[in-house]
Amino acid sequence: MKNCLKVLRAERDWSQGDLAERLEVSRQSVNAIETGRYDPSLPLAFKIAELFGLAIEDIFTSPSTEPVT
Amino acid sequence: MHMNPAIRRYYSRVVPLSLVYAALLVAIVALFWRGALHGPIAYVAALLPAVPLIGTFVALGRYMIEETDEYLRMLMIRQSLIASGFMVSVMTAWGFLEGFGLVPHIMAYYAAVLWFVGLWIGWGFNIVAMRRPV
Repeated sequence: MKNCLKVLRAERDWSQGDLAERLEVSRQSVNAIETGRYDPSLPLAFKIAELFGLAIEDIFTSPSTEPVT
Repeated sequence: MHMNPAIRRYYSRVVPLSLVYAALLVAIVALFWRGALHGPIAYVAALLPAVPLIGTFVALGRYMIEETDEYLRMLMIRQSLIASGFMVSVMTAWGFLEGFGLVPHIMAYYAAVLWFVGLWIGWGFNIVAMRRPV
């Protein structure tokens, strides 16, 4: 699932490790989510959205709205 | 190296179990070799090395329950599924080959050996999957 996590993180000058610490997950998890290799569960997606003060759909792009390649 | 608490607990269980397994195996093989075990006690002794091995399966299950990082948990579950699939596939294929008299009989405990080999294959698969371009 595409997302703008890297941009949001960069805006706050956070490393992947900083974000991982705030989310209480591993740095590998942040990397996997950020690169679209792993789709987080709904509770974790809510946690990410709450951390950035945004809605889930502001961070993650719904697969149904992504252009077909 | 930073290790999360669930992994630390997993290693704190698996390392002693592995040492106990090695010690029991050496001791019991030596006792059987000398012909010191007979009757019901031989059955109990023969089963003893299986106990710590079963313990490692339990430890892995406990890790999956205790791991709070859902991504790391998913990796371990995938690794275990690959290990199980590998072990069942090889044992099934071997069973047919053995049934037709084409290969020698192997001990059933090789299922555990194959499962641990499968864990390494699963680990390799996870590494490749983590590095693949999206």
